[in-house]
Amino acid sequence: MPRPFTPKIITANDLLEGDVIYFTDTNGWSRELKEAELIEDEAEAQLRLLEAEKDAQHVVGIYLTDAKAGADGPEPTHFREDFRRTGPSNYRHGKQEAAANV
Amino acid sequence: MYKYNDFDTAFLAERNAQFRAQVERRIDGSLTEDEFKPLRLMNGLYLQLHAYMLRVAIPYGTLNSDQMRTLALLAEKWDKGYGHFTTRQNIQYNWPKLRDVPDMLDALAEVGLHAIQTSGNTIRNVTSDHFAAAAKDELTDPRPYAELIRQWSTDHPEFQFLGRKFKIAITGSSNDRAVTRAHDIGLRMVERDGVAGFEVIVGGGLGRTPLIGKVIRDYLPQADLLPYLESVLAVYNLLGRRDNKYKARIKITVLENGIDTIREMVEERFEERRKTFDGTDQVLLEEIKAHFTPPKLRGGNLETYLAAYDADPVFRSWADTNLAEHRDDNHAIVTISIKAHGQTPGDATAAQMRAMADLAERFGYNELRISHEQNVILPHVHKSDLPALHAALKDHGLATANVGLISDIIACPGMDYCALATARSIPVAQEIATRFEELKLEHEVGHLQIKISGCINACGHHHVGHIGILGLDRAGVENYQITLGGDATETAAIGTRTGPGFAYDEIVPAVERLITAYLSLRDSAEETFLQTYRRVGMDPFKAALYPEAQKKVA
Repeated sequence: MPRPFTPKIITANDLLEGDVIYFTDTNGWSRELKEAELIEDEAEAQLRLLEAEKDAQHVVGIYLTDAKAGADGPEPTHFREDFRRTGPSNYRHGKQEAAANV
Repeated sequence: MYKYNDFDTAFLAERNAQFRAQVERRIDGSLTEDEFKPLRLMNGLYLQLHAYMLRVAIPYGTLNSDQMRTLALLAEKWDKGYGHFTTRQNIQYNWPKLRDVPDMLDALAEVGLHAIQTSGNTIRNVTSDHFAAAAKDELTDPRPYAELIRQWSTDHPEFQFLGRKFKIAITGSSNDRAVTRAHDIGLRMVERDGVAGFEVIVGGGLGRTPLIGKVIRDYLPQADLLPYLESVLAVYNLLGRRDNKYKARIKITVLENGIDTIREMVEERFEERRKTFDGTDQVLLEEIKAHFTPPKLRGGNLETYLAAYDADPVFRSWADTNLAEHRDDNHAIVTISIKAHGQTPGDATAAQMRAMADLAERFGYNELRISHEQNVILPHVHKSDLPALHAALKDHGLATANVGLISDIIACPGMDYCALATARSIPVAQEIATRFEELKLEHEVGHLQIKISGCINACGHHHVGHIGILGLDRAGVENYQITLGGDATETAAIGTRTGPGFAYDEIVPAVERLITAYLSLRDSAEETFLQTYRRVGMDPFKAALYPEAQKKVA
């Protein structure tokens, strides 16, 4: 039996900085997960992925990943995406250090 | 140490110019990521979890002070002020920006460093004994051979697209500090009739299928090194599987075909290939050897050393733990621990790198080494300089007396940085080190190697740790499996899994239970953890690890 669809976001890395970025509902990219578009429908997710891939010249490694609705926008459901959202454990680097838009 | 000639310098300049143009074409849109990715990987540039990562080769782990200062410059100017030394004697920068990488490579080239073949399915940075040319137990300095292999393998057209990456390690000592038995090819210098040659080991490796390498040639004359290596690589290139990346390493080729078949095929190739080598490689080797002349070691008395050793318990503890025997009785090999309790194993700040470069100039004949254990070595220090060296190291947070002890942990970057990882390694290592520092048990426990990997690829060498820890993803939660009895030395062994894994917050208490069990099981303070394990076996340690299971059985 196919697995039921779970809500998704689209994420990638910025070409120049390598920074983790998220696709927004205005077809842009944000460095903040809370600004990502949370996609609730499976077919829509594939269409939005195609839309995001149009920007493949400026971003790298675009993919859909699970997320859930939170009080302040989407939140990760897996620890890998949680680390991508924040940065490494050993230094206050990555997203913990800077949060400017792409 | 080896000094680049005009050819080497021009080669690097041309290669870097080529990559600079490729980066520009990626940024302006002339190259797609699919086209660019193999090009950046050929120059050591990965895209990791949070940013790019540049992996710089430190050939056979040897550096001079200027090279170390350049590594510091890269950390400071183009990264976040630190670098991470790895188990392949490389250094990794975790935060470079794409546009800056060509400048970083140019800065490296100025001091004869590069990032070539630090990635991809090719022959990787050749690693070596970090005590080479200094150790008392050494037969011959292995580094000229490592340099010969580096020159031969760099951009070798036949070996740029192997089935998988290929790793070679070489040691000139009977005590194996280069983990030769866990490499695709391990080379160990041995003597026959008074002439040094190589024992050649193939098919070792860790990762998904950990295997100890097998001896394919018990004695290979020095002059036959390159044609023989070329023959092994040619057979692997022919037989190695390309249908499944998890079965593509030479260890699987050896396992599936058997060492006798591989040996037969290699010998057949060797007969053909040897004829194509006209002796130029031996001329080159002699030129290379001239660059590895040992430093002229100075004399002098040991009074200051002996006085400090008697008077200062902190210095004595450091000297007892971090020094190794030098071939000259007046000198010592100093391991600088970059594993201060609670710090990231293998990380050094730009200031620390500069301090080590200065100290190498002042006290160490301008030589540094990087160990596969993620520490920095000053291979030749006169004992009378040790008190001053120790004092200077203290000023830079580099005097931790823990080499070979429980907090001298190898840890891969894990999921804190690595895109392949399935769990974190670094915080586990930090917590274990901090915990045993709090317990003040480290020196009582004695020699113990803990090695941690954040995924099955085993960059943290967990299979050959006395205590190995493997981080995995179990249903979306970090989970850590333990292995016991691994050994990275000449008596190499793959550790045995203890049983079910432990959650993130359970792994440090589990290690503590193992250590408590060891302290109660050992027959004297001299019996190491590994010796105790080999004597008593798994059961008592398992009982300590899984007390609930024991209760159920009872």
